[in-house]
Amino acid sequence: MSTVDAKACPIIANHIKVALVGQPNVGKSMLINSVSNAHLHVGNFSGVTVDKTEVLFDYKEYHFTVVDLPGTYAFTDYTIEERVTHEYLCAEDYDIIINVVDSTNLEKNLQLTSELLTMSKKVVIALNMSDEAEKEGIQIDAEYMAELIGVPCVKVSAVTKEGIEELIEAVILKYETPKNKPKLVFSESVEEEIAQIVWYLEKHKFSSTNSYRNVAINLLKGNKKTYAKLHDEPIWVELQPILIEASKHIELHHDSDDIKESFAEEYAAFNRGITAEVLKQKKIEEKKTLTEKIDSILIHPIFGIPIFLFFMWSLFQLTFKIGNIPMDYIDMFFTWFGNTVGATIANEDIRSLIVDGVIAGVGAVVLFVPNIIILFIGIALLEGTGYMSRVAFLLDGFFHKFGLHGQSFIPLVTGFGCSIPAYMSARILKNDRDRLLTLFIISFMSCGARLPVYVLFTGAFFASNMAGNILFAIYVSGALLGLLAAKVLKLTAFRGKDEPFVMEMPKYRLPTFKLIWHTVLTKTMMYLKKAGTFIAGASMLIWFLSNYPHNLELKKSYETKIEKAQGVAAKAALEHQLSEAQLEQSYLGTIGKFSEPLFAPLGFDWKMSVALQAGLAAKEVVVSTLGVLYALGNDVDQDSNSLVVAISKNISFPSAVAFIVVIMIYLPCFAASIVFTREAGHIKYFFYLFAFTSIVAYVMAFIAYNVTLLLA
Amino acid sequence: MKTLLDCHKACKVRIVKLNTEGDLKQRLISFGIMKEAEVEVLEHAPAKSTIEVKVGKMRIALRGEEAKLIEVEKI
Ligand SMILES: Nc1nc2c(ncn2[C@@H]2O[C@H](COP(=O)(O)OP(=O)(O)OP(=O)(O)O)[C@@H](O)[C@H]2O)c(=O)[nH]1
Ligand SMILES: [Mg+2]
Repeated sequence: MSTVDAKACPIIANHIKVALVGQPNVGKSMLINSVSNAHLHVGNFSGVTVDKTEVLFDYKEYHFTVVDLPGTYAFTDYTIEERVTHEYLCAEDYDIIINVVDSTNLEKNLQLTSELLTMSKKVVIALNMSDEAEKEGIQIDAEYMAELIGVPCVKVSAVTKEGIEELIEAVILKYETPKNKPKLVFSESVEEEIAQIVWYLEKHKFSSTNSYRNVAINLLKGNKKTYAKLHDEPIWVELQPILIEASKHIELHHDSDDIKESFAEEYAAFNRGITAEVLKQKKIEEKKTLTEKIDSILIHPIFGIPIFLFFMWSLFQLTFKIGNIPMDYIDMFFTWFGNTVGATIANEDIRSLIVDGVIAGVGAVVLFVPNIIILFIGIALLEGTGYMSRVAFLLDGFFHKFGLHGQSFIPLVTGFGCSIPAYMSARILKNDRDRLLTLFIISFMSCGARLPVYVLFTGAFFASNMAGNILFAIYVSGALLGLLAAKVLKLTAFRGKDEPFVMEMPKYRLPTFKLIWHTVLTKTMMYLKKAGTFIAGASMLIWFLSNYPHNLELKKSYETKIEKAQGVAAKAALEHQLSEAQLEQSYLGTIGKFSEPLFAPLGFDWKMSVALQAGLAAKEVVVSTLGVLYALGNDVDQDSNSLVVAISKNISFPSAVAFIVVIMIYLPCFAASIVFTREAGHIKYFFYLFAFTSIVAYVMAFIAYNVTLLLA
Repeated sequence: MKTLLDCHKACKVRIVKLNTEGDLKQRLISFGIMKEAEVEVLEHAPAKSTIEVKVGKMRIALRGEEAKLIEVEKI
């Protein structure tokens, strides 16, 4: 017994909890990835991380818990994700702060640092991106800097992993030594006022966990929490006039009527001083940096948007052209696999469950993995290079006309991958109305899981040299429909003032191969995992519902007919009729038949209706359901098993168009609906979303069906 | 009174005053857009709906409406 205790004790004693804080896009998440084996999402724009995440790892005899927090420019609650960070820093329990700083932009980054220094916490500064700084000829004297501000500073690079070990050692050392006071000095006039308040607090032996100096600074800055705390104290009566007087002096000194602005200037002066002391620029800066040169093309007032559209078009061309090459092989593999496995199973029902249920369903979903991978690579490049913010810049004017905020572009693009992170990333929008509006139209951006349905249908109805264009057209019309929907919602449900648009444009970076690889691999593995678990389960359910109840009489009556029939062709036709009849009287057939009238105006047969309803659970299920239904129905001639052929034979073109329109618009999936409800803040929004998307989907599909019918 | 919106592409100016309050002012300040800071206009979107400026080493995109609130003088 006691040995366990003896072992457990030092483990608890050596536990260090670290909060990772810094401005957006300085490489916090990447730094964690490089010290542990985590794969946190990394991207070259502000607001990649929108929620706190804990990562655990061991170093020597220490257990580390590192908390990755959303980036924040200053201690304000401008957006939700910044509030997450602020609240964490003020309310949660942690041992030490690592303040991650972008070495190539030291002065601006120090703004947050100087605010952190007034928090009475142990701080270690990580001067990240030292590899980039070196290339730009920037030299920072880390030791001198540490001496000047009284906080350890370590040069690191999350990419080359240089200095990572030193950083951890510095954290351990800081953890083991008692707290010391950082040296943050203000101008003389402010220091005088601080000294006076400190003197007053000392005189009255005011009890506080924070140092008197920090309390004084927070009071002068107008920090709400400090105010609230002191407001109920007896000394407040005397303190208040002193404070008012002090604020007046400071404002006078800064020739301003805003104490916050005055303090910002104080901090800026301090940061400028530090930067001038520790930073040496070896190379003279070029007149125009590489980023500015690229920008002059990519965000050109006339060519900017066409270039963007060209990129998107190319992506969908590649998605279709390259993605479809391995398709035949995957298809062949699953047919072979099904036959081989089927041959080993004696029981007919179990064989059908495995071959026509699980393998057909999962196979139909796995078939599209190559297409999905290309789409994911495209999104990873968009996120990793810094182009994302440029497109937000380009589209802001256009978006604004539809009542959307330019920054909405970021969650909307994320929505092309998967709706769930997209709903989360809407947090970067400051205003709740903008955020809700964006949440409502994210589902118009077709997520990766819908791609298989599109590829399946475009492949079935269009020649392969056109299919890429059609794919592009589907995505663009989905997005345009989303914009129109935004306009309608903005004019009705979410009326209100426009929010300002101020956004940092990061410098262009070439994402490393490793980064792209991990991003794409993580997402693809998630897709495959879903195929192997959720989709396999759903396929079994669909198989069961479409096979039972067995109707023996029906079978018998057909069997006698088949026996009597003359010739092979007639026999085959009858067999086909039998399986169709059996399918129709199954549970699933009954459900399908029941809902068929609802979908009849859109030209859907009961199989399509069932697939759509099943698609409410997840969009991949649409494909797997169609796969199971057509595998069972055995509609396909013997030599070709492909689902593509089955689709083109059994579904008319106008029905297919209407089907795609519904897929494009209606709810993404069950999991996304839950996240939507959480992010929107109330269950009622889910019902609004459900009603809104369903009605729009139905009406648009109805129009599409009838127009195509007329034209065809 | 000249504002940031009136500036041409590639022109360099110094900020005199921010004619705004509250959150937006705080955000501008935390981006380094504050009194005395030097700003260069890098790019305009069509009709100046959105502009890109450079403050220190940082590039910032803002709308015409926000640029109008920033009073500047020629250097
Ligand atoms: N050259 C270089 N690039 C880096 C380094 N660290 C991060 N980056 C790049 O900087 C960008 C931002 O990295 P993230 O880890 O997403 O930044 P973050 O601080 O977590 O950003 P938010 O979550 O938005 O606050 C990515 O494009 C990284 O590839 C580094 O040490 N050197
Ligand atoms: Mg991050």
